[in-house]
Amino acid sequence: MNFLFLSWLLLGLGACTASLPWRSSKIPAILGGGSAVLGCLSGLIAAGQGLIAGKAETFSLPWSMPGGSFSLRLDGLSAFFLLPLFIVGLAGAVYATEYMQKEKAPLHWTWYNFLLVSMAMVVTAANGLLFLFAWECMSLTSFFLVITEFNLAEAVAAGWTYLLATHLGAAFLFAFFLTAGAFSGSLDFSSFHLLGKLSVPVASALFLLLLVGFGSKAGIFPFHVWLPDAHPAAPSHVSAIMSGVMVKTAIYGLLRMCSFLPVSPVWWGGLLMALGIIGALFGIAMAALQRDVKRGLAYSTVENVGIIILALGFWMQSRAAGQHLIAALALAGALIHLLNHTLFKSLLFLGAGSLIHGSGSRNLNHMGGLMRRMPVTSLLIVCGGMAISALPPFNGLVGEWFIYRALLGGGSTLSGLGGFFPAALLGLLALVGGMVIIVMTRIIGIALAGSPRSPEAAQAHEAGWPMLSAMTVMALLCLAGGLAPVLLLRVAGQAGVLLDPDSANLFAGQDINPWWLGMMAFMLLGSLLAAFSFSRWRQRRGTVAAANTWGCGFAFPASRMAYSAESYTELAQSGMFCSCLIPESKDGQTVGYFPLIRSFVFTAPDPLLEKFFRPLFQWTAGYCRRCCCRLQSGNLHIYLFYVFSATILLLFWAWQR
Amino acid sequence: MKITILQLFLHLLLLFGLSPLLSGVIGKTKALFAGRTGPPWLQLYYDIWKLFGKGLVLSRVTTWVFRAGPVVGLAVPVLAALLIPFGSIGAPLSFTGDLIFFIYLFGLARFFTACAALDTGSAFEGMGAVREVTFSCLAEPTVFFAFIVLARLSGSLSLDAMFGQTLAASWHSAAPSLLLILVCLFLVTLVENCRIPFDDPNTHLELTMIHEVMVLDHSGPDLGMILYGAAMKLFVLGALVVRLFLPGTTGSMILDLLLFAGGMLLLAVIIGVVESTMARLRLLRIPQLLVGASLLSFFSLILLLR
Repeated sequence: MNFLFLSWLLLGLGACTASLPWRSSKIPAILGGGSAVLGCLSGLIAAGQGLIAGKAETFSLPWSMPGGSFSLRLDGLSAFFLLPLFIVGLAGAVYATEYMQKEKAPLHWTWYNFLLVSMAMVVTAANGLLFLFAWECMSLTSFFLVITEFNLAEAVAAGWTYLLATHLGAAFLFAFFLTAGAFSGSLDFSSFHLLGKLSVPVASALFLLLLVGFGSKAGIFPFHVWLPDAHPAAPSHVSAIMSGVMVKTAIYGLLRMCSFLPVSPVWWGGLLMALGIIGALFGIAMAALQRDVKRGLAYSTVENVGIIILALGFWMQSRAAGQHLIAALALAGALIHLLNHTLFKSLLFLGAGSLIHGSGSRNLNHMGGLMRRMPVTSLLIVCGGMAISALPPFNGLVGEWFIYRALLGGGSTLSGLGGFFPAALLGLLALVGGMVIIVMTRIIGIALAGSPRSPEAAQAHEAGWPMLSAMTVMALLCLAGGLAPVLLLRVAGQAGVLLDPDSANLFAGQDINPWWLGMMAFMLLGSLLAAFSFSRWRQRRGTVAAANTWGCGFAFPASRMAYSAESYTELAQSGMFCSCLIPESKDGQTVGYFPLIRSFVFTAPDPLLEKFFRPLFQWTAGYCRRCCCRLQSGNLHIYLFYVFSATILLLFWAWQR
Repeated sequence: MKITILQLFLHLLLLFGLSPLLSGVIGKTKALFAGRTGPPWLQLYYDIWKLFGKGLVLSRVTTWVFRAGPVVGLAVPVLAALLIPFGSIGAPLSFTGDLIFFIYLFGLARFFTACAALDTGSAFEGMGAVREVTFSCLAEPTVFFAFIVLARLSGSLSLDAMFGQTLAASWHSAAPSLLLILVCLFLVTLVENCRIPFDDPNTHLELTMIHEVMVLDHSGPDLGMILYGAAMKLFVLGALVVRLFLPGTTGSMILDLLLFAGGMLLLAVIIGVVESTMARLRLLRIPQLLVGASLLSFFSLILLLR
């Protein structure tokens, strides 16, 4: 715990000093970046201690807040979430020293460091009020980071959507904590075990409050609408933190609070599974339609959160049904996938930032041919793409392997509806897995491969060593996870044992052990190496001639003729997607022998935002405005009447008490 | 969880030695239907040998990803072949849950073949890449449903046991389900190896093709590796179909080997017959057929859920 305080102290000092009016622009970078790096290192030690020791540390200070106490608790579950937080925080800090523009950097360091502190506080808080305080700090600091590019209208608009969504979600959390506090008599988590005695309907109502409150932060399907706008608007390393870590703090909250509630009835798990699979399918379909590379990655976060929620739902459902082996597999899958997603999604966001930094555009159609000009970044993005597509030998497969095994276990042993749902989910999850490959080959094939699609892309430059080293570390961690899946299971076990001891005890068993997966990853690397050396050996015999792309004898291919981001998904879009997802396109048709010049406009906004939430909120705003006009009529006697009636009501209230 | 040296040796021998012959058998069958003599039985061996001795021409646009396509395309089927039984010869590598690894291995090959195709910057090859990833994506649920049926029948989650000794008994107890997934796996074999009715491996210049167009720019040893890898992929997926069709064992390893080899050749003849008697489907019909196959395999699972 001491290292955690040291980390907060360092981060806090850096945050306060970086934005002072220093004369040289280097000083904020040194102060902010240095403190962030040191703070994250110290935090990593704290997380490592928590994971290795495996027992909870508590800390408490009196706090003059009514109902609040400054009490912290660092146990296996907290340490499990602190670990990715500080890894990505560290990589992001190193990355930002190069990525951030000079004039915006100092203030950015303040918000960045405070964001890290508040996220670490969210996962260690042991009091409801402190949790909400840290939660709000996290929302506000990340809001300021989202609007770092405050001179761009779309960034500010995305920021407002985010602020609105996160506060609506927080309102549900306030409702939860007030209700829970009323039931248990105190806002301290140590007294929340009394919630375990609640009746099922009351507990279910609390669970729904949690689902909406945390779901709006985690990007669970119907509440994800802010996420595809806000994550891309932020600087890339902040996108990495938000997509990789911040959405996970919401899942932490959900898990922690659910652990206080009584053991769930079956339908909680069923609800989570339904939301999860819909979110996964929806997220990956939308990701395939985006031409903005970061927006595509943000939708892929919606998909991955969907997969995690699906696995968590399956865990809850199997636990309620008493199938502990399946529950253990699903829980391990959810936790490992959560950890893995942090690693590869931040790698991909950092890589996307590097592409934007190098080529000056976020549009896939303006990139192209970056593999030649930015070889290291491209290699790392290919690694990230393989990891997120769950391809061996990277870590993505490990989490999905557990989830698939849980679903296979359910589908192949249970009878009736108990076997039907896991089997159906398995098929849909396989579909999602196939679509992830479409999305990732699209990003790699359109942005990195081929020839440059714009003059800027032809002039693109490789990132410097801070950005590259940050990405390399993430890529190596992804590879390490794939080669040593047992380690991932160990780490997940520390969190799992707090959530579901019956299932987590099975983690150590031979039946669950994934060491063969690591073994196969090594064998894959071996056979790839053998095939590669064969290819090299044959190549040495002949000469390697360079020529134009043959392409069936078409001698003058131009980048404008190559497949574009939209044409890449046209087949999937027309063959597989339901009509509500089809993007709006305007006038791409050419008619007749001598067509006029035509323009083609293609936009893929979020259908849920455009067709449901925006009309709903606009109607609400209009209604409230009309009510307001009626109340504030401008006549003095009406206002005096308000004051008078309010006073009388207060008197009555005081008298009643 | 076992590694047997003899099984490993037999697997590699069969895979490397026999896989290019299937293409020759298919070619001969098609020639028979068309009344031609057709290419020699061993044509693909000659082609591969010739290509391995040739020089390499690379497009100026391409990078390492382009070279990685053939490497992955060759390494993946070899590793995948070690996870499945060939006839009644058990898999050399087997562990609980290896079927997921098996499916994602082919995902890896697809990922790199598509990236390599896009690396040439040609619209032709982009088109092929799109079709490959989209159709395989639709075929994936079918494979999972088929495997879950077999897992249910055998009570195990490793390919070796799922396609193992219990299969013969399962044919007695659950013949309708197994018949359905036999059809589905045959369809998956056709789509994954780009055969008619999904793709025509003979057309190079039509806009309808998938796999052939992706490898247009590969040449020399790289093309040889791609051809070899494709032949092995057909062999591996075909081996699953053959095992499903010919379960059980005769007791003698030599007879089992001959039975398996005969089964593979029969499969090649059937593919040749399908290719000779059917036309390629319209492109937009293909997703419908694939979704149909998924539903069929899901139905075969429902038959078992009771």
